[in-house]
Amino acid sequence: MEQSMFIALFILIIPVLNFLFIGLMDDKLKPKTAGLLGILGLTVVAALSYFTAFDYFFNYGKVDGMYQSFYEAFSWMKFTETLSIDLGILLDPISVMMLVVISTVSLCVHIYSMGYMHGEKGFQRYYAFLSLFTFSMLGLVVATNIFQMYIFWELVGVSSYLLIGFYYEKPSAILASKKAFIVTRFADLGFLIGILILGYYTGTFDFKVLTDTNSSVFTSTPAATFMGASVLTWATALIFMGGAGKSAMLPLHIWLPDAMEGPTPVSALIHAATMVVAGVYLVARMFPVYFILTPEVLTGIAYIGAATSLYAAIVACTQTDIKRVLAFSTISQIAYMMVALGVSKFEGHDGLGYMASMFHLFTHAFFKALLFLGAGAVIHAVHSNEMSEMGGLRKYLPITHITFLIACLSIAGIPPFSGFFSKDEILVAAWEGDKIIFFCQYFVAGLTAFYMFRLYFNIFWGEEKQYEHIHKEHADCMTIPLLFLALLTVVTGFIPFGQLVTADGFGFDLHTVFEIAIPSVLIGVVGILVAWIMYKKPTQIPDKVATSVKPLYVAAKRKFYFDELYMFITKKIIFRRISTPIAWFDRRCVDGFMDFQAWWSNKVSVKIKGFQSGDVQLYVAIFIVAILVISAIICL
Amino acid sequence: MNFLYLFVLVPLVMMGVIALLKDSKRIKQVMAVGATIQLLLSFVLLVKFLDLRAAGDTAEMLFTSTLAWYEGLNISLSCGVDGISVLMIILSAIIVFTGVFASWGMTEQVKEYFLWFLMLSIGVFGFFITIDLFAMFLFYEVALIPMYLLIGVWGTGRKEYSAMKLTLMLMGGSAFLLLGILGIFFFSGAETMNILEIAAKNNIPEVAQNWIFPITFLGFGVLGALFPFHTWSPDGHASAPTAVSMLHAGVLMKLGGYGCFRVAMYLMPVGAENWTTLFLVLTGISVIYGAFGAVVQTDLKYINAYSSVSHCGMVLFAILMLNQTAMTGAIMQMLSHGLMTALFFSLIGAIYGRTHTREISQMGGLMQIMPFLSVCWVIAGMASLGLPGLSGFVSEMNIFMGAFMHEDLFHRVITIVACASIVVTAVYILRVIGKILYGAVVNEHHRELTDATWYERIAAVTLIVFIAAIGCLPFFPTEIIGDSLGVIVSKF
Repeated sequence: MEQSMFIALFILIIPVLNFLFIGLMDDKLKPKTAGLLGILGLTVVAALSYFTAFDYFFNYGKVDGMYQSFYEAFSWMKFTETLSIDLGILLDPISVMMLVVISTVSLCVHIYSMGYMHGEKGFQRYYAFLSLFTFSMLGLVVATNIFQMYIFWELVGVSSYLLIGFYYEKPSAILASKKAFIVTRFADLGFLIGILILGYYTGTFDFKVLTDTNSSVFTSTPAATFMGASVLTWATALIFMGGAGKSAMLPLHIWLPDAMEGPTPVSALIHAATMVVAGVYLVARMFPVYFILTPEVLTGIAYIGAATSLYAAIVACTQTDIKRVLAFSTISQIAYMMVALGVSKFEGHDGLGYMASMFHLFTHAFFKALLFLGAGAVIHAVHSNEMSEMGGLRKYLPITHITFLIACLSIAGIPPFSGFFSKDEILVAAWEGDKIIFFCQYFVAGLTAFYMFRLYFNIFWGEEKQYEHIHKEHADCMTIPLLFLALLTVVTGFIPFGQLVTADGFGFDLHTVFEIAIPSVLIGVVGILVAWIMYKKPTQIPDKVATSVKPLYVAAKRKFYFDELYMFITKKIIFRRISTPIAWFDRRCVDGFMDFQAWWSNKVSVKIKGFQSGDVQLYVAIFIVAILVISAIICL
Repeated sequence: MNFLYLFVLVPLVMMGVIALLKDSKRIKQVMAVGATIQLLLSFVLLVKFLDLRAAGDTAEMLFTSTLAWYEGLNISLSCGVDGISVLMIILSAIIVFTGVFASWGMTEQVKEYFLWFLMLSIGVFGFFITIDLFAMFLFYEVALIPMYLLIGVWGTGRKEYSAMKLTLMLMGGSAFLLLGILGIFFFSGAETMNILEIAAKNNIPEVAQNWIFPITFLGFGVLGALFPFHTWSPDGHASAPTAVSMLHAGVLMKLGGYGCFRVAMYLMPVGAENWTTLFLVLTGISVIYGAFGAVVQTDLKYINAYSSVSHCGMVLFAILMLNQTAMTGAIMQMLSHGLMTALFFSLIGAIYGRTHTREISQMGGLMQIMPFLSVCWVIAGMASLGLPGLSGFVSEMNIFMGAFMHEDLFHRVITIVACASIVVTAVYILRVIGKILYGAVVNEHHRELTDATWYERIAAVTLIVFIAAIGCLPFFPTEIIGDSLGVIVSKF
């Protein structure tokens, strides 16, 4: 156990050392050295993570049939005698699972980037940022208290900002990075206030206390209310706001599609597999609080999740930029995880939703990273993101083609690929929880299959375009990660997740519920067939369909005008309606008043200056008048 | 002789040496050596202080001594430090040290410039070591006067106007202050000007406190950029030469915050409690108003000046929360803001010295041209918007946490308003980064510009090291602060 903590510490230290070394050396390192250093570091991290996970799950983690959480921390900053920010390491099923996910995907991305980013300016900086991100994300998942999580939460935000804006000469990248940071910052404001409320009323930031159902947090709840809701409801709802920002839930999702301006491997790592699931992880981490103290917030989460997944799936059907399709698909899939948490209960098999959510998080990380890296390979080959400039690529990129197909089948929920298993569990949980949500998610499953295969057919089938300097398949460093992730996509579905990661720590067996599995596979197949008819060969059908539902199509293509709303709030409200008047008021009124003081003092002194003119006749005149006035006063 | 006197004597000696020198290069060398000595001294002070504390000396102030100056009015140059003043002295020493390097490129009237600069530093150090009300006021004035000349002579733009405005407004503040000090002196029995003794007597009647507290707080508040008396700050900073801006925003504005709590709050706790509502509103306005004001500015120095209004507003805001956590945050915020704003101003100076403009629309793509300065800028920006690992985060978290310990609606609302500033801060920081550092090169002539020189690097790196040190090891300063705050907080 002690040894495991020690290893976990190394998992955190290696990336941070890499970041400092590569970042400080920068141009003094050869690009290749920087890349290899990054890969080497991550290989060690991955190996240590696998060891930690293995050791935890099969060696010491389980005590009396229940997975325990292990905990080591020191006090970093004291607020009061009882409240302090601790930094430390927490090992429990979900954090260990996340270590595996992060280090695996990060390693793949590190290797892949050697090929994808080859020859780019700022190659070393890129690897430094990747290390920074990996460190922050690892720190986030092993956080022992909610404030530590917030700290790393901000750090992943900033690494994401730096990496989205990696091509800092491109205006769209600058705007996208700024937008990502500001929108998530806004969400984090909610998170912070939520933490403050929670910390104040429960007297602790510690996850150990917060998630221990026997602790005082659960036995004595504060009676204070604010605007009709209890303070704890406010706290957990606001904390969820932070999660919704990072995990791109409606209406805070707007930054994620734009974040695709970053290099594609970054999108795979940050904006598909790891950082964007931080919100889901946060809710899972605090699950007992949500479930026991504020179930109404949990229900809200389920509905927000359902709405987001439907919204994102509809929008994904109309996008033409392949990375944006994947971005909306990510939003939709993360919303699936949120839904699963929202409908979940706590104990035993009732906690199926929780398990399913984590399971989907796990499988999704690999197949979505695979999709992004595949898309990266395509973009690298044709030098464009637009679907209309692609087609028939299966001949040129055979490995990419096959691996992409596997990932598509997985996300569409076709057995035996991993997505089938996890999505199926989510649907079962939804069926048991809330029928409306179930039908919504069921429909989204069909849409998912449709838009993914729309993407697939458009890229790899359809009409061949004129490609300039296209080469047959990429270097090994790009294809090996693809193959590795494809392998994971095939096998991870068979992991007995129910035995390992559950809400209350006790394992249970998973059964395939055929009443739900069969219809869900069917709707996936229907989605694929529709895409096949519409996009396998160039036809008029897509256009016809688009014109027949024109208002909906246009609205979906414009992402239901959320970007316009964002622009309205930032440009019109903040910039023009608040800041400009304030600046004006400050200069004209506040400062004007100060200047006015100076002005009248000046004027008055100019006026009375005349009395001191040195003109003796004037002095005498004033003297006489004054004498007369004074004697008049005295006499009267 | 008391160790603390060295902080005033070293600059005095330096002034004497510089007055004899002619060669400007020599003068700068003397400055560098002197500033380094001072920086080392400040750390020696810290070590000695911690040693005494570890040895069990729990007196409120250490290294106390008294030097009678004018017996008739009981004025003496008594001095002494607690943990908070030690940290402030270190901050001042760092800023003076980096300020010397930031003004290494100075060419005109070097001797006079550094003489006034030293005079300013005497005022600042004197203010932090003394515990006598009158001496405090004296050093405060000593720090103000050189400012007028430094801006008026070596400044840029509308320098005469700005220098006059700054001096007059701060003088206005010190008029209030003098009144406040006299009030404290007479109502506490007209026996002593020593802060410790007055605090021990604690005999100022409530009626008197009710009027002395606001004027004292306002007097210091003007220097701490309290709304609506902050307007000297944008103009003053915009016109001041680099090192003067650094010293002014980095240290001088801290005099305001420090004075507010050392004199106003400490000596008149009852008055403070009666007046918190009004002043919380004003500081709350400062915080959010400064941040929004910064969003639309186009001149780099104006942006940073408004940002300072917002961040210094946070200091006063936290002090008024009247509890240990928030006050710890206030002191941390002083340190943090001092360091990062000095870094900002030194970078602005370096960029302005090259591009000869501070308009953000006339710059772009500086990251390609001067990567070192740009990276420093990004780090400063991140510190300013409260990124964990840098100093801004720890101070803001202490402030918000402390502010949240008040349960009533008024405190809650104003705390949330202040919290909201972290989003607005992100907006203006990222706006500047996006406009001047990223993007395409706007002016082709800028391509010929060079990156930071060695002295600019020393200044920037020193500041960044301290910013990161506070951000990564907050338990160290918070412990020193917490240790000394107890006496003050226990009054409420």
